[in-house]
Amino acid sequence: MPRSPAHEIRISDRDGVQYVVLSGAHTVSGVAALLSRLNSLRDDAPVRVDLSELSRMDTAAAWALVTTQKRIEAAEQRLTIEGADDGVQSLLDTVANSLPEPQTETPKTVTIADRLEALGRSLHGALKFLAALTGYFGLFLSRLARAVRHPSEFRLTSLVHHCQEVGLRAVPIVALLAFLIGVVLAFQGATQLRQFGAEVYVVDLLAISILRELGILLTSIIVAGRTASAFTAAIGSMKMREEIDAMRTLGLDPAQVLFVPRILALLLMLPILGLIANVTGLVGGALMAWIDLGISPKLFVTRLIEDTSVDQLTIGMVKAPVFAMLIGVIGCHAGMQVKSNAESLGAMTSSAVVQAIFAVIVADAVFSVFFAQLGL
Amino acid sequence: MDRTDPIIKLRGIDTRFGSHVVHEGLDLDVYRGEILGVVGGSGTGKSVLLREIVGLQKPSAGSIEVLGVDVRTAEEDERQALEARWGVMFQDGALFSSLNVRENVEVPMRRIETLDADTRAALADLKVSMVGLPYNAGDKFPSELSGGMRKRAGLARALSLDPEIVFLDEPTAGLDPIGAAEFDRLIHGLSRSLGLTVFLVTHDLDTLHATCDRIAVLAERKVLVTGTMQEMQNVHHPWVHEYFHGPRARAAQSSAAAPDRNGQE
Repeated sequence: MPRSPAHEIRISDRDGVQYVVLSGAHTVSGVAALLSRLNSLRDDAPVRVDLSELSRMDTAAAWALVTTQKRIEAAEQRLTIEGADDGVQSLLDTVANSLPEPQTETPKTVTIADRLEALGRSLHGALKFLAALTGYFGLFLSRLARAVRHPSEFRLTSLVHHCQEVGLRAVPIVALLAFLIGVVLAFQGATQLRQFGAEVYVVDLLAISILRELGILLTSIIVAGRTASAFTAAIGSMKMREEIDAMRTLGLDPAQVLFVPRILALLLMLPILGLIANVTGLVGGALMAWIDLGISPKLFVTRLIEDTSVDQLTIGMVKAPVFAMLIGVIGCHAGMQVKSNAESLGAMTSSAVVQAIFAVIVADAVFSVFFAQLGL
Repeated sequence: MDRTDPIIKLRGIDTRFGSHVVHEGLDLDVYRGEILGVVGGSGTGKSVLLREIVGLQKPSAGSIEVLGVDVRTAEEDERQALEARWGVMFQDGALFSSLNVRENVEVPMRRIETLDADTRAALADLKVSMVGLPYNAGDKFPSELSGGMRKRAGLARALSLDPEIVFLDEPTAGLDPIGAAEFDRLIHGLSRSLGLTVFLVTHDLDTLHATCDRIAVLAERKVLVTGTMQEMQNVHHPWVHEYFHGPRARAAQSSAAAPDRNGQE
């Protein structure tokens, strides 16, 4: 069959009747032209459409014809179609029968009440989210307590596996990034302190900023990025494939089986990772101080021990379990929010990372204010 | 149906995945205007065959001619012209999840430059309504639709440019019996009123009864037999016999005999 042979639309006006002759193949590619010609028909006189010279017509052309028929008939005139073969007639009938009835929608105006409502809803959503997180925290504690009372239910293999995933495998990246941050801090600090001839204080700068803040904060952010997303993806894909539901029907508690080993692994591993970050950060700083300022490693260590209170390290490490809880709970909670489609898995994974990083930084800010009030 | 003019012509198709042979020397003709049902056990390569015909997968050997164009050796512009003349409905509709149903149906129309946005939307609405979806379904996103509605929307997109051939992969899989029967009627009705040639891959005996003019059985790595439902009853191959005489086949047959189940009006 030729694809698009010449098609023609002839419109003539005789004795108060409008004659339309369609010949050739009328398809979707010419429907715009066809429709504009048909729209030029007046609706104050009857129309006769002759299709006997038609070679082919598709639904688009039929649609143009049928909508024109509707328009003419709405003005109480007649549009008759002649010379249609069986195929074309059945096509026209199908199109006429399934012509959608457009529903006119009243445009919605946004009032102040709507905006207030949206604000209220999002506030309510945020509070509900916080309540849900608290709920998951409680769930973890209660299942942990249960594991203490019934040690046989505790999944040791799973815990060790997650410790390896969360802790051991994160060591290289955490160590490297902390080392580089130490180098940068020492370099920047040296440039500023040199102006006052106070180069040697770069040791204090490094010790306080890394031990107190940066070591653990940096570690937590890296762990939030790699572990919260891993938790969400693992639990979420189990949720997607109904594995969680299967667990419940088999009498296994998802919180016990999935949450406890994961969050506990984070609780155990994050302080260790933080400590590693502290050490490599200081090493990086010491190296830079030696190269740039000529502070020998020996002098660095002496100053570090003499001038820096061990409280700085304590303040840093105290935050680790809190950050670990936040990351673990947010990761597990987001995993359980995954629905049965793949899009929600992706959406929840990325939102888990954002929430975890956000929570860690907010918690760090709260800690800063708290310790400042205590005068530490 | 014109028996002298095969619209799809497969000759000597070989398909191998490593050492696993799926098709060997497979021949098949599909004639203009017919509804051909392809059946076969799991793993006989029904969907693979469909994917090979529409060029998503290459057979190891053999020739595939669709509307007179060799799919395997066609030039880029020849292929594009061909793609406008067929439509494919995938198992779960394969709708683009970031577009609503109307926009999904409009996607193939975008290649027609003369079409303005209003006409395109109106034509998409027509297609949506032709496959039996309610008017407001056009504004919905695929994730908001049920499985049956997604299949219908997938069919609407496949029909978007009034193709001559429609390929359907398991059109009734995962639908409840009522939805499946409606879909059978829809396919049959549309293929008759639009003069479509339909190539459908299915497991569903009811679909075969209600819609198909001819059935091709894939077994032993080739098209074992083709023929009407009646002819299938007399084939003495163990698998074919089991398939068309099993308890499910008998149930489908008796329900097809009831007038309301059949697609004919």
